[in-house]
Amino acid sequence: MKQALEKIELAAKAELEKIGDSAELENLRIKFLGKKGELTAILKQMAALSAEERPVIGQLANRVRADIEEAVAQKAAELKAEASQRRLIEERLDVTLPGKAPKLGKLHPMDSVMHEIEDIFIGMGFDIVGGPEVEYDYYNFEALNIPPDHPARDTQDTFYISDNILLRTQTSSVQIHVMENRKPPIRIVSPGRVYRSDAVDATHSPIFHQIEGLVVDKGITMADLIGTLDMLMKRLYGEECKIRLRPHHFPFTEPSAEVDVLCFNCGGKGCSMCKGEGYVELLGAGMVHPKVLRNCGIDPDVYSGFAFGLGLERIVMRKYGVNDMRLLYENDLRFLEQF
Amino acid sequence: MNLSMKWLADYVKVDVDAKKYCYDLTMTGSKVEGYEVEGENIKNVVVGKLLSVVPHENSDHLVVCQVDVGKEEPIQIVTGANNVKAGDLVPVALDGSDLPNGVHIKKGKLRGVESNGMLCSLGELGLTKHDFPYAIEDGIFILEEDCKPGDDIREAIGLNDTSVEFEITSNRPDCLSVIGLARETAATYGIPFETPKPEYNGIRGNVTDSLNVVVENEELCKRYIGGMVKNVKIGPSPRWMRERLRASGVRPINNLVDITNYVMLEYGQPMHAFDARFIVGNEIHVRNAREGETITTLDGTVRELSPEMLVIADTEKPVAVAGVMGGEYSGIMDDTVDVIFESACFDGASIRRTAKKLGMRTDSSARFEKGLDQEGCMPAILRAFQLVEILACGEPLDTVIDCCAKKRERKTVDFDPKWINSFLGTDIPREDMVKYLKNIGFEVVLNKVIVPSFRVDIECNADIAEEVARFYGYNNIKGTELTGVANARLTEDRKLRRKLEQACNALGLYQIETFSFISPKYYDKIGLPKDSKLRESVTISNPLGEDTSVMRTTVLPSMCEVLARNYNLRNPEASLFELGTEYLPTEEGKLPYEPDRLSIGIYGGGADFYSLKGIVEEIFDSIGIDGVEYEAADQNCGFDEVSMFHPGRVAAASVNGEKLAIFGEMHPEIAEGYGIGTRVYCAKINVDVLLKLDYSERVYKPLPKYPAATRDISLICDDSLPVASLEKLIKGAVGSVLERVKLFDVYKGEQIAGGKKSVAFSIVMRSAEGTLNDEQADAAMKRVKKALAEIGAEVR
Repeated sequence: MKQALEKIELAAKAELEKIGDSAELENLRIKFLGKKGELTAILKQMAALSAEERPVIGQLANRVRADIEEAVAQKAAELKAEASQRRLIEERLDVTLPGKAPKLGKLHPMDSVMHEIEDIFIGMGFDIVGGPEVEYDYYNFEALNIPPDHPARDTQDTFYISDNILLRTQTSSVQIHVMENRKPPIRIVSPGRVYRSDAVDATHSPIFHQIEGLVVDKGITMADLIGTLDMLMKRLYGEECKIRLRPHHFPFTEPSAEVDVLCFNCGGKGCSMCKGEGYVELLGAGMVHPKVLRNCGIDPDVYSGFAFGLGLERIVMRKYGVNDMRLLYENDLRFLEQF
Repeated sequence: MNLSMKWLADYVKVDVDAKKYCYDLTMTGSKVEGYEVEGENIKNVVVGKLLSVVPHENSDHLVVCQVDVGKEEPIQIVTGANNVKAGDLVPVALDGSDLPNGVHIKKGKLRGVESNGMLCSLGELGLTKHDFPYAIEDGIFILEEDCKPGDDIREAIGLNDTSVEFEITSNRPDCLSVIGLARETAATYGIPFETPKPEYNGIRGNVTDSLNVVVENEELCKRYIGGMVKNVKIGPSPRWMRERLRASGVRPINNLVDITNYVMLEYGQPMHAFDARFIVGNEIHVRNAREGETITTLDGTVRELSPEMLVIADTEKPVAVAGVMGGEYSGIMDDTVDVIFESACFDGASIRRTAKKLGMRTDSSARFEKGLDQEGCMPAILRAFQLVEILACGEPLDTVIDCCAKKRERKTVDFDPKWINSFLGTDIPREDMVKYLKNIGFEVVLNKVIVPSFRVDIECNADIAEEVARFYGYNNIKGTELTGVANARLTEDRKLRRKLEQACNALGLYQIETFSFISPKYYDKIGLPKDSKLRESVTISNPLGEDTSVMRTTVLPSMCEVLARNYNLRNPEASLFELGTEYLPTEEGKLPYEPDRLSIGIYGGGADFYSLKGIVEEIFDSIGIDGVEYEAADQNCGFDEVSMFHPGRVAAASVNGEKLAIFGEMHPEIAEGYGIGTRVYCAKINVDVLLKLDYSERVYKPLPKYPAATRDISLICDDSLPVASLEKLIKGAVGSVLERVKLFDVYKGEQIAGGKKSVAFSIVMRSAEGTLNDEQADAAMKRVKKALAEIGAEVR
């Protein structure tokens, strides 16, 4: 019997060597360890043994069973590891294939830049306000110190609806609305569309966007204007950005200035983008003209203020290197997808 | 305004190069657009003296010249010109020279004979007969200048000026002159400047003996000075004068006319010269034009005049449009004997209107319309007489007629250095301010600034602050940060716009920006009814073209155009949105209402009606609007654009009776009209209505503690029965334990009778009090089945 047990053990171990998958392993387990298995069959014969032999054989039988069980368990673990390894190899992907994702849409580049500028101004304490695009002559011109037949009207070719209604040529019209409706201190910006009778080409559009700024309070100085514009440009273009003012004339500001920023392409050395100047023109600004304050019922002897106007398209085109303004209004998806 | 640097040097000596000069003047307020060095593109062209001219051995029309070009040996040049002879001085383009037209000259052989350069004509040097009236146009330029062989041609013919182009702003007509710019130049560099006081001798005589001036409209003519030059000798003006006119961009004509232009450029005061023979009655009337009067102006055009226009007339007819252009008939001719000079001051606004109406803006009208100084009339006419004497081309009388000259008080403005510093945010010493002001002709007396008469723009203390600031240097003002409390926020409408943009982007829509004005034909393209209110647009009276002539009353055509454009560009699919404005007329003479609209346009990529509806639903959900109702849209849905949609595939959305949106599939015929060969889906959402809605903040609902019971139900009903009404019925029947009803199938076709459809819902029930047991769920389902049976739906 002892021999029989040892034989079973050897046979089981020999068969285990050849097992290739878990189904075979299960068959083997049943064959040797099952209720009707070989080991059980042997053990059934234990009754016929002598009292001396029984514990010896019993011990041996238990050890054989335990050994086979352990060997089966070990084999099972091996098979599982192999199977798992195989699966991982089979499931290998080409990770360079393109991803699949629900497609997000995108903001129009003008709107994303507009948001950026609005947010900068909010951070600087400016309220954002709107105003009508179809406007009375009074708000667009007269109240801004541009009476009828003023030569400055020539520089802004105006679309007229009737004698006294027009499409606003500048967001400066909002200055008047704001000053009529709010008491100083005033600190606002007003973004929006403006209209000028320019034919469409690479650098002109009859519709474009401006962002008007206005600050009115006691003791507002030209130095405040310069400090504000300097901060705006640094936030928009980075700390190394510098501004430069040139005296200019706008009927509704005095003193008036055109403001240039250091060319971001060449950093001031002079390149084709800034036409060798080292600076590019970006906005107009000035101290609100006393007549304009008075037109809005604000006493220029008590209050002073500054105003400025930025052109959005120019900023967007510079930012993204767009060289043709028409692209901004054509809405070709191949263009819109790039931002 | 083009400034000749040579001319400037008569008044101010500046020792900087042109580039620096342009920068410096720009930074003190006289903006320079650019500068041009005359003759810059002429290289290696010299004066040559022809030593001999002999026929070419192999040609009938060529000659071979030996030319002394200032070197040891003469050079040989072959030319085809026939106006040259030995002894002539001519411009010679040497081997390796450049000419203004971009031609590069190299030596070579002409019919076997060596030629080491080229003899030049006026045209080849970029000149015309106006520059050198003694030369001929079609032949070699035979020089009559004082020069010798080997001289650089640019020096020899005075083609060596630098012309600086200033962009003078409309408030500074005084800077449209050499003297004005000389004053600014001197102030920029701190050089003393004296305004010139021209003098002339004249011949004794009373101008009133031969001329009478009547100013009939003193409102529009603030001053009129008439003077007389006797016995003029008309001819070309001298070279220096022609050169300066040319550098200033004015064509030389003859000495008398050139003098008037020269004075205008130098003093900024337009002048005019009349031939005294053609002033009928020897009387000048400054009056309004009469109805039906015409004049042939100097450019040969017949102009119809109207009564608001000011003219210069004799006793019979207009002889000039005041301040704009003279008449052809009374202009200076070669045989003119006596000349009347006019130096006047006309009303700016009137000149501007007249020039605009006649469609001729001249150097003269451009100056007058900015409002000139009436004190400028006298120095100008004196300078003109002085020039007549310098040119020795006539005898000016020593008297003039000066009409309407009013003695005006000099303008004064308060001078308050403390206020100026507090306004600019600077600390500029008083004496520096005084220095800046004096340099540009202002006088400071105690606490007053006396403004020179030519500074028509100065009115208040802010103007004085600007004068101080620009010479102190704008960029020397140190920026300061704004102080004080600031309370900034986005407006509600901008907040909403941003939310909508975020939702649209997340739903895969790209933003577009389109023009606010459209063609009225666009209304036809979307099939708007002829009587639609949307056809009443705010109309531009002077549009660029019909395409952009009306302010849109609906944003949808703009979207359709962009969809069509993308389709034509072969972009296979497009999902777009625009946050745009409509312009809806209100009352006559009032501004239109400008509501914001969200438009959406989609084609391709498997889009259908329900994917569009899903987008619309998600947008409403994203901004927190609940209870939106959808129904099939028809002519009475409140959106006239319903005409552009497929009548069976268009819906209107509303909440509490407020019209929110229209959306659907584009009508196939409308799509065809746009050239779009696929199904197109569009929506328009009234953002202004969304803004007005009462949004209740969303309140947290406790997460469920107990499991839900789910029952599916499938039924067959009439096809015409909207699914929404079935849903409503089920919700009502289930009662308070209902969590949600979800449609999961709609089927028509085989096994379903005609006119019927099969609909399947999944009903989720849950109680907050405890787990629903089967009996409770089944009881609810029983109520559902009963309710459905009542409307004739057969539960399967």
